[in-house]
Amino acid sequence: MNWFFHLGRYFILLRKVFGKPERFAVYRNQFIKEVDSIGVSSLGIVCIISLFMGAVLTIQAAFNFTSPWVPLYAVGVAARDTLVLEFCPTIVSLILAGKVGSNIASEIGTMRVTEQVDALEIMGINSSGYLILPKIIAAVFIHPFLIILSMFLGLLGGYIAGVASGVVTSYEFIYGIQYQFLPFNITYALIKTVAFAFIITSVSAYHGYNTHGGALEVGRSSTKAVVYSSIIILLFNVILTQLLLA
Amino acid sequence: MIEVKNISKIFGDRTILSSASVLFEQGKTNLIIGESGSGKTTLIKCMVGLTSINTGEVLYDGRNFTTMNDKEKKAIRKEIGMLFQGGALFDSLTAEENVMFPMTMFSEMSAEEKRDRAQFCLQRVNLPNAGKLYPSELSGGMKKRVGIARAIAMEPRYLYCDEPNSGLDPRTSILIDNLIKEITYELNITTIVITHDMNSVIEIGDNITFIYKGQVWWKGSKEEILKTENPEINDFVYASEFMKKIKKYM
Repeated sequence: MNWFFHLGRYFILLRKVFGKPERFAVYRNQFIKEVDSIGVSSLGIVCIISLFMGAVLTIQAAFNFTSPWVPLYAVGVAARDTLVLEFCPTIVSLILAGKVGSNIASEIGTMRVTEQVDALEIMGINSSGYLILPKIIAAVFIHPFLIILSMFLGLLGGYIAGVASGVVTSYEFIYGIQYQFLPFNITYALIKTVAFAFIITSVSAYHGYNTHGGALEVGRSSTKAVVYSSIIILLFNVILTQLLLA
Repeated sequence: MIEVKNISKIFGDRTILSSASVLFEQGKTNLIIGESGSGKTTLIKCMVGLTSINTGEVLYDGRNFTTMNDKEKKAIRKEIGMLFQGGALFDSLTAEENVMFPMTMFSEMSAEEKRDRAQFCLQRVNLPNAGKLYPSELSGGMKKRVGIARAIAMEPRYLYCDEPNSGLDPRTSILIDNLIKEITYELNITTIVITHDMNSVIEIGDNITFIYKGQVWWKGSKEEILKTENPEINDFVYASEFMKKIKKYM
């Protein structure tokens, strides 16, 4: 029953979030701020994780392909497909759920417990729309760029690690990442990314918006936001994979 | 003028407000006093629609707020200014931007007009040089004054103040009280102040409503409250040694 209560309240909140903005220009400015806060400020962590993830994947693939029947360029193929299909859209989104999700939940939660949300309501402003809609749109807009960058850096990390450690040659790795490339895999990854961006921002905002109490509850909301966003991302990962690839 | 008729609010099995009826007059500072947990804040939250009510109605100059749809409620809320207990200033905005915020959302003013109006409001609360400071850089009293400036920025018809001088030193408290009183008379608005502070009652209380255990227990003027024989009010008013000494000389 508790699960249904939260689901119902989540959709009621979403209905309010997508209500007509009071002033479009204000929302546009908020959107630009959120692109910076959600996207640009996440660049560092995305770059570091992607480079190392690609490096490790390439080395692991090379050490697992021990059969002489498997060509060496398969290391590039494995690194590419693993990064593009799963690691970049899903793992990076899970990491962003931790960084962005906790930030959103604690920001809105603090605003709730310090009556800033009430202040917006008293002014006649749709507080949920003003606080949440720019975050959702910013995340849905910027996350695909982050994931494309992550894919590129993952492959770059794999190339550097593979060539530097001598497990694969430069030619074989580059041949491998081009071999039987399916452009739809990128589309699939970006569709997942957009869905995950929506989940991260809306679920985290839901937990922040419904915070009651004080600092302790803000912390709890932040934790819940990360946990639930991650679980829902994993659930939708299965659903979207089944729908798009099966 | 705001009229509250038979408002009741029940949370679970706890009755927070029980058939509360009060008339808050225009151009006067209407004080709501009472012990902590007596239902004062719930009453004003019900009045502005932040908390739903179980029974009763709230009339803003005859307009029934309780039966209005969301759009009509929003229109009424644009006529309301509210000072929250902690100021409730937006952390990401400077004091000036906080004051400009309602104008940015709802007025057609140019950026310069909004800045001028914000500066006027900040000057009105004696903070002409605080415009560029963020809430984290302001003291408690300054936050409250910026909160008042923001509340009056759109020239409201109704002003709510939730414990405006809690946590402030006596001098700043008197400053805030006087500011609220002056603004009420100047703009001829209906002001409702929740307070625990007997100094505020004596300084600015035109009409006083005493809430006790969720009920409107007593209504009257500041002169009357000092003379009433009601035991619950006496317990509240003369709780401190200072007030007990004053009573001896009355």
